[in-house]
Amino acid sequence: MQKILEKNLILLCVAILVTVAIGGLVQIVPLYTMESTIEKVDGMRPYSPLEQAGRNIYIREGCYTCHSQMIRPFRDEAERYGHYSLAAESMYDHPFQWGSKRTGPDLARVGGKYSNDWHVAHMVDPRSVVPESIMPGYSFMADRELSYLNMDEHLYTLRQVGVPYSDDQIKSAVADINTQANGDKGDVDAFLARYPKAAIGDFDGNPDKVSELDAMIAYLQILGQMVDFTTYKPEMNRR
Amino acid sequence: MANVEKDAISGQETTGHEWDGIKELNTPMPKWWLYTYYVCIVFAVGYWVVYPAWPTLSSYTKGTGGYSSRGEHDADLAAQKQSRSAWTSKFAAMNVDEIGGDRQLLNYAMAGGKIIFAENCAPCHGTAGSGAPGYPILADDDWIWGGTRDAIHTTVAFGVRSGHDETRESEMPNFLGDEILNKAQIADVAEYIMSLSDGSISSDGVERGAVVFEEQCSACHGEDGKGLPELGGPNLTDAIWLYSKSKEAIATQVSAPKHGVMPAWTGRLSDVEIKQVSLYVHSLGGGQ
Repeated sequence: MQKILEKNLILLCVAILVTVAIGGLVQIVPLYTMESTIEKVDGMRPYSPLEQAGRNIYIREGCYTCHSQMIRPFRDEAERYGHYSLAAESMYDHPFQWGSKRTGPDLARVGGKYSNDWHVAHMVDPRSVVPESIMPGYSFMADRELSYLNMDEHLYTLRQVGVPYSDDQIKSAVADINTQANGDKGDVDAFLARYPKAAIGDFDGNPDKVSELDAMIAYLQILGQMVDFTTYKPEMNRR
Repeated sequence: MANVEKDAISGQETTGHEWDGIKELNTPMPKWWLYTYYVCIVFAVGYWVVYPAWPTLSSYTKGTGGYSSRGEHDADLAAQKQSRSAWTSKFAAMNVDEIGGDRQLLNYAMAGGKIIFAENCAPCHGTAGSGAPGYPILADDDWIWGGTRDAIHTTVAFGVRSGHDETRESEMPNFLGDEILNKAQIADVAEYIMSLSDGSISSDGVERGAVVFEEQCSACHGEDGKGLPELGGPNLTDAIWLYSKSKEAIATQVSAPKHGVMPAWTGRLSDVEIKQVSLYVHSLGGGQ
């Protein structure tokens, strides 16, 4: 067979095509027949507009070059960071922030670990709270006003790539930023119905404006907080 | 097949290709290589059977071995839990005072507590509890919410103003903003509070401040200013300051108080871990 194939160009091409097609079909066909490759997990919701704005700043400043958001299923990582990351936890991330290098610690479950005040002090001057830190300071975030008047269009764009924002969420996007960053203004109950578990308050300690630091801290405080791991059953999702 | 012939020297056949009198040998693969290759193929078939391998239309072949990387991780954690259970099971059954009274168990608790502290507590309270402005020093004997093992355990488990149902909660009134005191009164009381620790000579301001303190502050900070840990009222007489040491800083805090937040660690750390780190904190300085 070798002797026939290697001397007949057309036969050789057909044989190569068949071989490669088997490999390709085995990988591609199940993607069309399976309902989803991401396991279903309770509690996941799209980011609130303020959290999403913070995420944009996270990407703009390149935080991912030093911080991962991916706890691997290893014993040492579970001891330090908590439960390993699930695919569903980054399903509304476009793009995901798993990262590939840890100069700083993993941030997948940093939400709720520190107070807002700590985050402010740490962002303005990391060494004021962690003397051995090599992270740069980001004090300018506290001064810069957040640009958010087009946040509804931003959410609409995310809906185009598959994030299930409702019409209601898109319509109230700009108002929701004010509600989350000020707490006492706007309809807090309606906001929390749209975005359960969202942290509300004046994150940066400056009530005069919604700063980029407000958005950044709101984002950090929700990381890893959506899925309740006291009710999650890992043995249902082994693979 | 043109000109296939045996090479006289090597005994191998040639391919029949010839360039300028040079003929190409058709040397077969070495036997050891060929058999290794066949063994690999057989191994791969065995692997498909035992391990998860092929995708199917709705799932994948699970393999007869029942392996999954998450299952391996869970088994890893279970083995670790088992190996530690000799003492963690005792921790779970005992309260912090009982563990603290058992020298051997305390040694175990301290070893684990130190690591838990370094990862979770040191960012705010500093390595070995050295503290930072706004974050209490844990290595001294000044305790806002009490320095007994049990009090420390409660603070770690539920936090301070953390939003947890059982959180420790105290709120200092906004004395200037809510018009409880005017600026002159606040200056007086700040002077009085400074005098409690630096032994400064009594002046008119101090005397006026003492009256204000008696009326407004003593309910939480105690009549002698030595603090009431059950209410979270800090001791004001020991020259240890949460924010900074100056009359101006005290006046600022009285006018518009800052309220620190400590997260509740229940849920993030296990019950046993919280006990260990509480005992470690108790040992740092003046645990009561």
